[in-house]
This record gives sequence, structure tokens and C-alpha cells, in this order.
Amino acid sequence: ISPPHHTGHRADLSLSLAPCLRVRALDSIRCSLSVFVSFSIMSIMEYNGGAVVAMAGRNCVAIASDTRFGVNQQLTLATDNPKTYRLHDHLFVGLAGLATDQQTIAQKLKYRLNLYRLREEREIAPKAFSNMLSSMLYERRFGPYFVEPVVAGLDKDAKPFVCAMDLIGAQETPEDFVVAGTATEQLFGMCESLYQPNLEPEDLFETISQALLASVDRDCLSGWGGEVHIIEKDKITTRLLKGRQD
Amino acid sequence: MGEAGYSFSLTTFSPSGKLVQIEYALNAVAAGDTSLGVKATNGVVIASEKKLPTTLVDGNSVQKMAKISENIGVVYSGMGPDSRVLVRKAQKAAQKYYRVYQENIPVAQLVREIASVMQDFTQSGGVRPFGVSLLVAGFDDRGPHLYQVDPSGSYWAWKASAIGKNMINAKTFLEKRYSEDIEIEDAIHTAILTLKEGFDGELSEENIEIGILRQDRKFQILTTGEIKDYLEEVE
Repeated sequence: ISPPHHTGHRADLSLSLAPCLRVRALDSIRCSLSVFVSFSIMSIMEYNGGAVVAMAGRNCVAIASDTRFGVNQQLTLATDNPKTYRLHDHLFVGLAGLATDQQTIAQKLKYRLNLYRLREEREIAPKAFSNMLSSMLYERRFGPYFVEPVVAGLDKDAKPFVCAMDLIGAQETPEDFVVAGTATEQLFGMCESLYQPNLEPEDLFETISQALLASVDRDCLSGWGGEVHIIEKDKITTRLLKGRQD
Repeated sequence: MGEAGYSFSLTTFSPSGKLVQIEYALNAVAAGDTSLGVKATNGVVIASEKKLPTTLVDGNSVQKMAKISENIGVVYSGMGPDSRVLVRKAQKAAQKYYRVYQENIPVAQLVREIASVMQDFTQSGGVRPFGVSLLVAGFDDRGPHLYQVDPSGSYWAWKASAIGKNMINAKTFLEKRYSEDIEIEDAIHTAILTLKEGFDGELSEENIEIGILRQDRKFQILTTGEIKDYLEEVE
């Protein structure tokens, strides 16, 4: 049996701990999984697989994900399971990671947002939302939700906002694009080469779609179609991508 | 038995449907030094009498006004120590909100929190209501706000209002002088004049406090020097 494959996000978790704790922590996560697998033991973040990417354009943002729902490598159970959720007209969140936690976090976010809307009589700003999500994840610092969220939205001046965080809420808010999931290495490569700043919505759609499809083709745990949302000031355009069904 | 017979317990209604303890708490407020607030189109001002019991008291250490967050301030009428508890809770609530959302708490939300705390103390065992009414002044994305919160926990927004000893006369005066399009500098003058109306003795920069929120949304409590300048303008 070959040693477990260290992926980008697993390294994030292990690097955040002191060296002496690293091995023990990873072991305990592995043991607590008790995954019945025929060959290699996998990371909990790779149990369901998935890929999410978001990009900023000119007064617009795009967020895209693959649509596979599967268990380990050999079992794809559905091909209509996108990982992006609409929170309001100018705010989307994409959740990569363990599917059950994805669904639960999406439901919790809906709950928080509904309460916010009722109390404050306005929609939440993307930055405030990211901070709220970060707080929520950190509350579970020592028993985390196994999701890596990606936030994409437009603030009240239609300025694009993208943000990604790790499973315990460490935020990063770059100006260009963010990625999450099991195909991050591939997505980073594709985005770095294809991305240009200030793309119009149509061009942004092309760019993000090509980046997503090419990346998931090189990842056995993601793919089986894609879904892209382009968010502009006055409309949202959602398109399904026809990709390789393998 | 009558009303008075039901006044011993906070958590017992009287036959006429009142909670007599809350009525008495309102009396405590009405016996306190006058405070008032005026909302302008581009800001809010709150002001209060600062009656020191003797000249021996160091005026600088007495502060009726408090800053809840960068863009929200509060003044009270009634029992000082009770107001301190509420100020602390309000400051904490504002910070908690900021910690989660990295945004300043909207004024209406904060007022709701404070009112909720005050209401708690009217429906619990072994406690008494707060003996203060608060005037909360804030400036957020929705514009300038002035709210009053009572010992019962009810709150409502005012364009201009007064609480405490001289509130009836002060409100009458404000009704005459207030206009919808009043600007902040005018509002400050109006506030000073209103305080002067019912003041027992000579109004000076040592015995009043003024807090202002302008377009910059930063709550400032004026120094005695600044108050003196405004008093001179009003003369």
C-alpha cells in the first residue's frame, strides 16, 4: 500500500499544528473515519470529492462547481449535485468537502441569513457574510465542519468580492480568483494562466468554464458536468456545462 | 387591596393590568436630572444636566454620557449605577456583533438588545427593573437615529425628546422649536436652549454634558471648552 497522498488542503491542516502534534492529529482523523475502502485510506475531504472556483470580473463575479456526487473513486451516485448555493441576488457560496457537512452548512447559512434579513431588514453584504461564516467555522475549531467554502458576491456598489477559507475559518480575500476542493492544484494552474482582470460577463463565463472543465478532467473525484453562475448587478445567469462523464 | 397591594411583587399584575414596580421605576426616572436629544438631518445631539450635589465633587469624574461604539452614544435619566450596567452590556453587544460581521451594529439592532435586557428584568424572579430611561443616539447606514428605552423595555424612535425632571416643559419647548429639516448646528443650539429653559440656576459648561454625532458618524462627547464656545454662540 502506497503512503497516503497528501493534497493541498490536508497540508493546510497539518501545517497549522505544531510538528509533534501533526502526525498524531492526522492519525486520529484517519482513525475516526473508519472508511471501508478497498485500497488506500483517504482524507475525509476527499471522501466525496468536488471542485469549486470563483472569479472576479468587471462589475460581475462568476462562481462554478462540478456536479458530481460520489463516494470514493468508484461510486458516482448522481451527476446533478452542484456545490454552489444562492444566498441572495448578489451573494453565492460554494462549499467543497464532505457532502453531509456541505448540506448542513448550507442549511445553517440559510437560517442565519433569514434571521439577519428579518432583523436588519436588508440583505447581508458579502464581506460581513464571509466574516460570519468564518466565525461559524471557528466555533467548531476542535471538531470542525469538513468544508472549504468559497464566497462570491457583489457589494452595494456592484464591486466584485471573492473569498475562500479553510475548514476552520481562515479567510483569504484576493482580487482575482479563489479555488477549493479536490482539484485545487489543477484549478490554480488553469486560473493563473487563463485569468485576466476586468473581464466582461460573457468572457468571464468562458474563462471560468474552461478553467473548471480542464481541471476536473484531471481529477478522478470531480467532474461529471459543471454549473456556472454569473452574477451581475441586475441579473444572474446560470448555465450547465457538458463535460466528460467520467 | 387596590393598586398598592400589588406593588410588592414585580411579577404580579395589578387588577388594572399594570406592573406597579415598573410604574415606580418610571417615577425614579422622572425624579432624575433632565436629559434630551434632537435628531437633525445630518446628525444627532444628546445633552444632559449634570447637577453635582456639592461644589466639592470633582466634576470631571462624573459622566452621564457614554460611548457604546464608534457611531453610537447614550445618555440616561434616573439611577446612575443602573445605567452603567446597561452601558456595559450594550458595549459588549456592539463588539460581539462586530466580531461576527466586521460591521458596526445598526442602531435599531443595538436598541433592541438593550430593550431586551431591560425587559428580562421585568419578568424574572428576585430582580427589580432598571431605574433608568436611556436616550440612544446613533448614526448608521440608514441615517441618524434617536431612540428612547424605558424601564419596561419598550423603545421607540424620536425626532426630539426629553426625559427626567423637566421633561414636560422641555418637550413642549422642543415641539415649538423643532422642524423636520433642522441641521446639526441648529440642533445643538436648540438642545442648549431647551436645557436652559428648565435649569435651576446658572447654566455653564461645568454643569451640562453634550454629545454629538455628525456626518462623520463618530460619537463625540464635547469638552468643557467646546461647550463654552457653544454657550457663547447661544447668548
